[in-house]
Order: sequence, then C-alpha cells, then structure tokens
Amino acid sequence: MATTVKGYIYGINGPVVHVKGSSDFGMMQMVKVGEEGLIGEVIGVESDHTIVQVYESTTGLHTNEPVESLGMPMSVTLGPGIIGNIFDGIERPLKDLEQKSGAFLDRGIHTSAIDLQKKWNVSMCCKQGDSVSAGSIIATLPETSLVVHKVMVPAGINGTIEETVPDGAYSAQDTLVKIRTDKGSIVDIGMVQTWPIRTPRTVRERKPISRPLITGQRIIDTLLPIAKGGTAAIPGGFGTGKTMTQHQLAKWCDADIIVYIGCGERGNEMTQVLEDFSKLVDPKSGRPLMDRTVLIANTSNMPVAAREASIYTGITLAEYYRDMGYHVAIMADSTSRWAEALREISGRLEEMPAEEGFPAYLSSRLSGFYERAGYVENLNGTEGSVTIIGAVSPQGGDFSEPVTQNTKRFVRCFWALDRQLAYSRHYPAINWLTSYSEYIDDLYTWYEENVDENFLKYRAEIVSILQEESQLMEIVKLIGSDVLHDEQKLVLDIAKIIRLGFLQQNAYHKSDTYVPLTKQFKMMELVLYLRKKAKEVISKQIPISQLRETNIFEDTIKLKYDIGNDELEKFEEYKHKIDRLCAQIIQNQQ
Amino acid sequence: MALEYLGLREISGPLVILDGIENPSYEEVVTIQLNGKMRTGKIIEISGKSVVVQVFENTSEMSLTNTKTTLTGKPMMLPLSKEILGRTFNGSGRPIDGLGEIFPEKKADINGKPINPVSREYPRDFIQTGISSIDCLTTLIRGQKLPIFSGNGLPQDNLAVQIVRQAQLAGESDTQFAVVFAAMGVKNDVADFFRRSFEESGVLDRVVMFLNLSNDPVAERIITPRAALTAAEYLAYEHNMHILVILTDMTAYAEALREISSSKGEIPSRKGFPGYLYSDLASLFERAGMIHSSTGSVTQIPILSMPNDDITHPIPDLTGYITEGQIVLDRALSQKGVYPPVSVLPSLSRLMKDGIGEGYTREDHPDLANQLFASYAKVQDVRSLASVIGEDELSPLDRLYLEFGRKFETLFLNQGKNENRPIGTTLSLGWSLLSMLPREELDRIDSEILDKYYKPQNEAV
Ligand SMILES: Nc1ncnc2c1ncn2[C@@H]1O[C@H](COP(=O)(O)OP(=O)(O)O)[C@@H](O)[C@H]1O
Ligand SMILES: [Mg+2]
Repeated sequence: MATTVKGYIYGINGPVVHVKGSSDFGMMQMVKVGEEGLIGEVIGVESDHTIVQVYESTTGLHTNEPVESLGMPMSVTLGPGIIGNIFDGIERPLKDLEQKSGAFLDRGIHTSAIDLQKKWNVSMCCKQGDSVSAGSIIATLPETSLVVHKVMVPAGINGTIEETVPDGAYSAQDTLVKIRTDKGSIVDIGMVQTWPIRTPRTVRERKPISRPLITGQRIIDTLLPIAKGGTAAIPGGFGTGKTMTQHQLAKWCDADIIVYIGCGERGNEMTQVLEDFSKLVDPKSGRPLMDRTVLIANTSNMPVAAREASIYTGITLAEYYRDMGYHVAIMADSTSRWAEALREISGRLEEMPAEEGFPAYLSSRLSGFYERAGYVENLNGTEGSVTIIGAVSPQGGDFSEPVTQNTKRFVRCFWALDRQLAYSRHYPAINWLTSYSEYIDDLYTWYEENVDENFLKYRAEIVSILQEESQLMEIVKLIGSDVLHDEQKLVLDIAKIIRLGFLQQNAYHKSDTYVPLTKQFKMMELVLYLRKKAKEVISKQIPISQLRETNIFEDTIKLKYDIGNDELEKFEEYKHKIDRLCAQIIQNQQ
Repeated sequence: MALEYLGLREISGPLVILDGIENPSYEEVVTIQLNGKMRTGKIIEISGKSVVVQVFENTSEMSLTNTKTTLTGKPMMLPLSKEILGRTFNGSGRPIDGLGEIFPEKKADINGKPINPVSREYPRDFIQTGISSIDCLTTLIRGQKLPIFSGNGLPQDNLAVQIVRQAQLAGESDTQFAVVFAAMGVKNDVADFFRRSFEESGVLDRVVMFLNLSNDPVAERIITPRAALTAAEYLAYEHNMHILVILTDMTAYAEALREISSSKGEIPSRKGFPGYLYSDLASLFERAGMIHSSTGSVTQIPILSMPNDDITHPIPDLTGYITEGQIVLDRALSQKGVYPPVSVLPSLSRLMKDGIGEGYTREDHPDLANQLFASYAKVQDVRSLASVIGEDELSPLDRLYLEFGRKFETLFLNQGKNENRPIGTTLSLGWSLLSMLPREELDRIDSEILDKYYKPQNEAV
C-alpha cells in the first residue's frame, strides 16, 4: 500500500481544486478533499501545486482544508449486486444515498458500491491444485434471475489453488479461495475486485465482427445493422428521438446485459427507465428487464466532474461482465454532455481550446472510449462483446460541430436523426439517406445463414427504391407528381409503403415496438412482391389509378399492425389477395 | 464579530477581487458596505487569499478604497414560511411590497440540491389548460418543465396567464394550488400585466412574486430564478402544494450569465455564452418534478424569447435539450391573426405519452394527436408545392389538404383569450377536422379507433 500523501486546499474554481503542501500526488490518483472527504481525482501536477477535479459540489469548501490521496487510481468496485442497481457517476448506489440523505442528494456520503452483507449462493468451480491466472473463473453465483455472476481471479495473480471453500452462502467479504502465487505468496480471493476506470480491462485477443446485435427495430436491423462488439452514434437535435431509440434498444436488443448511462440528461428519464424496466418482462425469459440492466445516472444537475467519470464507470462495468463471457450493450445518453464536461474542466484549467472551446484532446478521448468496444476472446477463454451506442446532441442540431464530427471518425454506424421527420412524427426519425452502417459486409454470412439467403438482396432493393424516391421527389417538389409516368408513380407509392409501413415503427404499440427478424424479412418480401405484381399490371397499359382505387397500398401500410409477430402465415394469404386483386384488374381491362 | 476587509484590489464589471482574505469558502456570500449602504455578493473563485466576488447589485460608485467587506460563511439563504404566499420580493428575495420581513420557519440555500433520480415520482397527471393546441398536441403534465419559446412581440404572456387561470379552474382543490412568478430583466409593464391578470383571476393571494426588472442589476438575475425555485420547492415538498412556476425571460437570464462570464475572462463556446450554460440552465429546470416523499409538485413554464426567432440559437437550443418539450410560438401564424400562434410541428410534450389516452384523457387521444401532426406536416408540403405550381394545379387531394390546413389553424389552433375548451371538446374538434380527409389518408390511427370516431358525414365544422 502506498503511503498517503497529504496537502491542503489552496484555490477553488467550480469543480477544480488547487492543492499545495506536497509535490507527491500522482496523476489520476483518487483523493479525498476537505473535512467531508469529498471524492476527487488528480488531473494535473505542476511544480508548485496539484490540480484535482472533485466529483461532488465544492460549495462551502474552505482554503486550508486537507486533501489526502487514497493511494490508488480512480477505480470502481466490481462484484455481484451491480446488475439491477442504479449508481451515480462514481458508482455510489443511489438507493443507499436516498436512505442516508432523503430525496435530495447530499455530498460527502460514503457508501459501498456493493452490498457487503448480502449472502450469495456460491458454486465453486475450481479445486485444490488447479492452476489459475487473471480472469480464471473460480466460482459462479446467481446474481439475478437472468445473470449468473462469475467470480474471476483479479489481474496480476497467477498461481495454484491452495484451498477452496465448499459450495454455500457467502458474502462479498468472505474469502472463497487461497491462491499460492508463482512468487510463492498466498493471496485470499473473494468476490470483489477493483479496476481503474480509465484503463481498458485486459483481453486475450480481439475477434472479427460477425454477429448482429438484433434490436427488433426494423430500420436498424434491416437497413442499418449494428454488430455485437460494434459502435454506433445517434446524433440528433432535441426531441428527435435519441433517448427513445436508446430506450428501445435497451429494452429489446439481444444483448445479455445492458449498461445504461444517463450522462448529463434528465432525472425523469432515469426514473422512467427504472420504473419501466422493473415492470417490463424480457420476452425470452419472462423476467423483468431490470434483471439484466445496470443504470448509471449522473443527470444534468449532478456534479459535472462526475458526469465526466460516468462514461468510464459505465464502460468498465460493461467490460467486467464481458470478461465473464457475456454480450454487453452500453448506451451513453449523451456523449455530448460528457464532452461538455471535459470542456468545462478544461476551461477552468485555462487550457488552450481548439474548436468551439473544446479541448484539443476531445478527439483522442472519444476514440479511446469507442475503442473499448469489441468482440473478444477473454483471458479465461470465453467470448464476449461490448457494443457501444452513444447519443450525440449537436448544438443547434448542426452535425458539423466538433463532437459529431469527431465521433463520426470512430464509429461505424451512424444513425442520423432528422428534425423534419420528427416534426411530422415519423419515428424512429432516422434519416435513411444520410445514415449508414459499415457492418453489412461483416454480417453478410450471418443474415444469409440465420434469416434468409435473400435478406441482403431484398435490403438492397429497398434501399434503391428509397433512393429513387428521393430523386423523383426533387421533380415533384418543382412541378407536382402529375407529370410522372405510371412506372415512376409506382416507385413513389411503393416507397411510401416502405416509409410508413416498414421504416416507421411505433414504440408505444404493443406488438410493433419489437419485431423479430423473420417478420421484418416477410414484410420486405411482401412489399417487393406487391411491387412486382403492380408492375405487371402497369405494363399492360392499365393506369395506376386503378390499383390505387383498391386501397391495396394503404392496406399494405397497415399490415404492420394487422399481422401479429407470430402470424407469419398471414403474409402468404396476403400475397394471394394481391394476386386476386391484380388478376381482377387485368381481367376487367380485357 | 467577523473580520472586515477594507478596500479592493480590482473591479471588473460585476466582479471585484479582494486580497488577504482569511479562510474563505467557495460560493459563500459576502456583504459589502459602501457609503453606509449594504451590497451582497458571492465568492466565485478562490486562489490562496485572493478571491473573486460577484456583486449582485451593481458595482457603480465602488472604488478600490471605499468598501468594507465581510464574509458571512454561508451560501445565499432564503427565509421561508407559508406567509410568502401573496407576497412580492425583489430579485434577491427581499420583500418590496412594504409588508415587512418574513418571519421565517426555516432558511434554505437558494442553490437547492439535486433530486436523487430514485426519489422522483414519474409525472403522469394531465393538467387541462383549456387550450386545444396544448391539451391535444403538447399536453402539459403536473411536474413537467414545459417552456414557451417566443419572439419579441408575440403573445407569450397572454398565453402564460391563460394557462395559469384555466389550469387553476380545472384543478381539484384550489387551496393546494399556487403560482411562483419570477421576472428576470422584463419591463415593468410585463410584470404589471402578470400582476393584474393574477388579480383578475382571483389568485393573487396564492402568488409569490420575485421581480428583477429590466432596470434592476444584471448580476441579481442569477439569483432570481433560484430564489423562486427555492420558494416553489418549499411549498411543494414541505406543504404538499401544486406549484406552477413561471420564469420569464430566460433569455435575459442567460445574457446576464454571459456578461458575468465574459467579465471573468472565461473561454466562450457559442455566441459568447459560457460552456457551462447547459449545466447552469439544467440546475434550474431540473428543479421541476415530483418526489415520492411528498404529494406536491413543481411544474415549470419558463418563457424565453428566441433571438431573431431562431430556434437554433444557444438559449432555446440548450433549453430544448433540458426541458420536457417546448411550446413554440410562430410569427407568421400570429400575423394571420391566430391566437395562440402555436407552431405545432416543432412543439412537443415529452411527458404526454404517459398522461393521455385511456384512463387519463380518452382512448383516441394518442392516435388523434399523431394523425393531426402527420396531416398538418403534409399540409406544409402541399403549401410549398402550391407556391411553386399554383393552387389550381394541385390534385383534388392536395386541395383538400390545403383546406384542412386552413381550418386547422382558424378553428382548432385559434381560440379566444378567455375561451376554455374542455378536453372532450378539443378532441371532437380534432376529429371533425380529420373527417375532411379521406379515410385512407389517416395512416396513424388504429382501425378500431377510426371505426368509432371517424365520421366523414359530420364534416360540418
Ligand atoms: N420510436 C418512437 N416512437 C414513438 N415516439 C417517439 C419515438 N421516438 C421519439 N418519439 C417521440 O419523440 C419525443 C422525443 O424523443 P426523445 O428520445 O426524448 O428525443 P431526444 O432524446 O432526441 O431529445 C418522445 O417524447 C416521443 O414522444
Ligand atoms: Mg434525450
């Protein structure tokens, strides 16, 4: 244990505190500030003073109050009890804080991230004489109804098991195994370990991306898929649907574990997730979604330095569960607020700003964060992934600002939210023309083998119809749609079905909120079938108005509501209906 | 007796710098004696024994030698008791109605403390304002923060008092209802208009006013909304009251913040506003809400004027990122004579989804609202096409849309300043408008709801 370094407060400017009295503080060390022991981190060491960012309100701090190092870098505690919980930006359980200070957050309250008294039903999975190393799984325990927690050997320990406890009920304070390390010493290992939040956890190797993260959201899964271990950004002005999109993904995506970070956003939104996720059940297991979710809430009115840390706290928790062999998806709402926290601290340090006052290291911090996503083989041989989905809140909704532009360089999915779509209440308001996913090629085989060999072919056709529509709309805007010939009008009609009947998806509709890939495929297939049949009709010189009069286009738009997620056979029936209608029209003509 | 420090090192706009201060604490309030009068300020930066103090009143007449400064050791505190109802205070919370000081039951730090997200009660109760555009399309929910984005010369004040008056009428028990009104940098007429309107609607004795008018000190504007929200929280959470807070004009507030920031020489972000404008506004707006441990609520209606009617300006932009929606007023509609000139497409209530529909307002409300938005968005497309090719060249369907758009604006959006429409009337009005359009065009509405409510023969609007 390092000896503690002590100094005293010299200057205070917002969350930034200048410390004198010792030159031995180390960068990124965790410190206790003031008589109340507020948590802080060293962010600068200069010749005559040390700079600390404080994770709690500094109001009322005096000069000359003590500052003391805790002898370790800013870290989180890892162990069972994280899942289902809600923490602030530096991993303090908000329910404990409520118990201690009521509805309003006080500062200087010390709580443990993990309940140290609670007993868990531990099953040991190692025995005396086994050789183990960092990451080896030595025991498992049911953490929630959905998550089996795997107790792993902490970093830096290699050796053989000297002694284990029998299966049974143990708390986080108990020793489960004794390990004789290669260097000959004996160490006691329990369920809890710590990890510095700014350091990625070690893996054996990165694997290629090959599986989609299935979200049940049609525009994402079909047009703009994200891979397990991938990265996506959701930029959009206020009210365009960033938070809703992230909530939808957190609810329905097929990750094993969700880490949801409310970073500098609304308190009520976190309350809502907490309420909804405790009530909503996971369709596969019938268990509450909260049983696979961790929430980190550092809302806009909570201390700004802790907002900066919340992103790292979240990603470290995600990596910890990935190390157990889980697929983890992390939602960060919003990364712009995190960038602004960086800017605010940087401004208080009087650093030289780059664009719009953001520090020059914005870009490297963003890339460092997104780099922590990936599909990996863990030290213990299991496979897991961390998928990062970050919301971006561009000022004025203008995507040319620094956070959006820098983020774009490091993510491979870009789901651009569009104000005009949101204004007309077309949700999700993801603009299909300006958004992209670079994962199509990586996922080709998976879709072919697991959904249908035509999946990506149909996808390409849908994309091309939408593109054709946007070109035709240029003409329509100038001279109206009357000048178009019927073939072009058909493109517009089919594109409208795709937009309203397929891309638009109502998060509040009981069955439309989540749609399985098989149904997504059937819907695409049906629209393309309708197009083919309608083309045949038109090619017989029958005016498109005759097709329109049958209301077949409007009816097809409503199929998303009319055919349930488990009634796929109805698509075949509907094809017959199309056949009959078209045959009828052709017959009437003759 | 606390130490008195004579003189200053430097004066810069609303800021003064003092040297040789013993044991200062961050954000504590200091008092400054000048020619026998007292001013107050707070410490906003400490470096050893030097401190930067922001003076709430102005620094005029101050010199480097004519002041005596004392530290109070405390942040800014507001004296509170139920007697504040019906009283008027200046922008820093001192009584200015001649009725004397408040006998305080307690004193509270005006900065408040963040509500723990797990202690919040998610707001779901519909507040009927009797205004169709709001009730149907951007529903106000008790505990919500829903700002009005306005522009110079638009009737935001009329709208705000109409909301207060009619929401109060619809509320179940008046004794639990009160208004906290905070004016930042508004003209005396505006403050007077609000006072008169409160008086006419008989709520004046349930109103607490905090007034920082346009000729009052700029730096004081930073305190005014905090004092007002402290009063609101006290009444809501300690006396279980439903408090409607009106904050006007948030633009003047943000400009005051910019002025202080630039005197401090801080690095600006956009349009000269400090990088922490978002966090600062959030520290006000997040004080709306409801908590489990109380039955009261704080509902906020901040009013701001969009410079140049530009919604992307940092003030409306950052506000929209924090609040739970926005009611946007539109100059063109106002010029057409539509009151209230609510521009419905950019307007939004994020909380309405959980407070409307079956069991709350009426089963058809969500679909109806969605369809009105979608159809009115289509009207905009048709209008721009019509402006290119001429109305006569439009298809019959497009012409129907134009007609729908006109009626929507003149019959649905437009209403009297005293007209109080029950929600049922508003929803029926919406249906009679939609009934002008062919059923196939109504793609946002569930077939069952359509069967029940869509009555094309009733087109007689
Ligand atoms: N997929 C969706 N389905 C239905 N409504 C949506 C959807 N996405 C967004 N909305 C609507 O838009 C509003 C704003 O969305 P939100 O996600 O809070 O925006 P942002 O986070 O971008 O500011 C929501 O309150 C909701 O009414
Ligand atoms: Mg959001």
